[in-house]
Amino acid sequence: MSTESVAEQKRPLLSVRDLVQEFVVREGGGTRAGVVQAVSSVSFDIMPGETLGIVGETGSGKSTLARAILQSPRPKSGTVSFRGSELTRLRGRQLLAARQHMQFVFQDPFGSLDPKWKVRSIIEEPLIAYSAGDRQARRNRVDELLDLVGLDPARYARRHPRELSGGQAQRIAIARAVALEPDLLICDEAVSSLDVLIQAQVLNLFEKLRRELGLSYLFIAHDLALVKQVSDRVGVMYLGKFCELGPGESVYQRPLHPYTRALLDSIPSTEPGAGRATTTLRGEPPSPVNPPSGCRFRTRCPRAADRCAEEVPEPRELFPGHVVACHFPLTEAAEAATVTAASTPG
Amino acid sequence: MSEALLAVEDLRVAFAVGGREVRAVDGVSYHVEPGKTLAIIGESGSGKTVGCRAIMGLLPAGTMISGSARLRGSELIGLSDVQLRKHRGSDLAMVFQDPARSLNPTMRIGSQITEAIRTHRKMSRSQARDEAVELLRLVRIPAPDRRYHEYPHQLSGGMRQRVMIAIALACRPKLLIADEATTALDVTTQAQIMELMLELQAELGMSLLFISHDLGLAASYADEVVVMYAGKIVEQAPAGKLFGTGGTVRMRYTRALLDAIPHIERAAHTELPVVTGRPPDPTAMPPGCSFAPRCGHAADDCLAKAPALAEHSPGHSWACWHPCENGVAQ
Repeated sequence: MSTESVAEQKRPLLSVRDLVQEFVVREGGGTRAGVVQAVSSVSFDIMPGETLGIVGETGSGKSTLARAILQSPRPKSGTVSFRGSELTRLRGRQLLAARQHMQFVFQDPFGSLDPKWKVRSIIEEPLIAYSAGDRQARRNRVDELLDLVGLDPARYARRHPRELSGGQAQRIAIARAVALEPDLLICDEAVSSLDVLIQAQVLNLFEKLRRELGLSYLFIAHDLALVKQVSDRVGVMYLGKFCELGPGESVYQRPLHPYTRALLDSIPSTEPGAGRATTTLRGEPPSPVNPPSGCRFRTRCPRAADRCAEEVPEPRELFPGHVVACHFPLTEAAEAATVTAASTPG
Repeated sequence: MSEALLAVEDLRVAFAVGGREVRAVDGVSYHVEPGKTLAIIGESGSGKTVGCRAIMGLLPAGTMISGSARLRGSELIGLSDVQLRKHRGSDLAMVFQDPARSLNPTMRIGSQITEAIRTHRKMSRSQARDEAVELLRLVRIPAPDRRYHEYPHQLSGGMRQRVMIAIALACRPKLLIADEATTALDVTTQAQIMELMLELQAELGMSLLFISHDLGLAASYADEVVVMYAGKIVEQAPAGKLFGTGGTVRMRYTRALLDAIPHIERAAHTELPVVTGRPPDPTAMPPGCSFAPRCGHAADDCLAKAPALAEHSPGHSWACWHPCENGVAQ
């Protein structure tokens, strides 16, 4: 618990409050068909050096949330406080200056690297944009960065993106993202397109950067096991809202929200025939244009009752730091898990 | 042993790239038993997809294919396009990774299914329509009568993949090949589609051959597992012999794949065991074991001579000079 009290004294690196992002959906011909609230009043903090993982299905709003934090495009309402400055109010040069400390790594490394540029220029670009050092200093810094991501500068600096494998290209994207020594790295499905052996290498690289540079991460992915591996805390998103947020161990060992339980049950296990026994989640997420009244998950929830249709569940902290937005959380199961955990030695 | 539905023997596929020969598949043999599920697992470039496309006759002209692939006794390799087309759809069908690209965006999904039906079966337009709605119902698409008239963009990724499966099932094939069919989908949707394929397999008595990079998927859903590396099979066994309690992985590469998968049981921020390097360049294969340059246990014999795939214990084959003892890497 001592680490927690230390964290409480520190100020959050990123503080998001009631963030809302909306898009207008148009029908053929351009008539307004409705408004999608892709991110619906989301609040969370990231402490310095902390990694917050966000999981959710396609359309849960996790990528939109990341972009709203970056102010690209600007969120509809809410606040994003980063290193003490309010990003939603900054414009132009000031916003650029603040963003220097917040960098992005996307899913497709080839899509984010200019195919005509050499690796050296790709990594050097942010250094030039923010006037970091003279030509020689920048050169040394690029070599240093290539070393950091585990690529030999002599072999890779003069290559073009097409001469790189997927894993190498993603390392280049990471090298560029950390070139300006950011405090926060936002990773949106950053390892999802990589083969499992390469993925493990890149995950270890993220871990190394966290240890050596004290980086914080907002790590977005649909793979629950992946998110568990890198995160201190994990948030589960469904239709634009967090349904559960808490310490990684706590969320995975005693999920409180039926949706989290369903997600965990969908993971293929390495136990033969296990896939046939688990109950899979029925149906698909409803249309975000017309989200269900009350709890947004109720149309697919095995525990849904009348109250779930009438009342929006407010987030409640049921265990230390572990928040759930559900009228009928899985507390019985969680208590049982706590008892077995307590009775098991070690 | 019952007669295999699909018997692949010594399949070899090579491309000519810039005057050099690239051996994408190099002597692969396996059987798919009737009503059973075989998983072929490997990284990108391991030859898992190319091998199956060779069987389906979907590779470009000029590809060098040799060996044998017999479906219910009749040879597929070397058939002309016209002859193969008779098998495709009626005997064997394939579902691909990207349902958005496999469907025609300008055609209603109903027309795409009826087209598939009428290509292979003599049926009137209205009969084919009823059959298409029936197929949509079979793949558990809600409100099939309405969905019949919709376009692919109106459907979610999971729904599109269901439509692709419906098209594949149009002629009730004996063998369904699913190439990374759930890779682009969310975990919950992936579980739904896998369950659907297994249910349909039982209902229709099909065999299922699925290709994936995900060992977890193979462990959960397959009867038999084939692991490929650099164009060759490096380990093959029933899923129960490889995974879970009592399972033992023997080939070091399979072990490495298994260890590199993040598990929810693993504590956060722990280092994942990694294998450095990349699969060998297919135009310049090492003389020894193709995994030796990346293997932490490679000895001199591994670099000198390639180990052959051999059945070391009943039903369990591997190609390694120094296999893991009891599945544990030492």
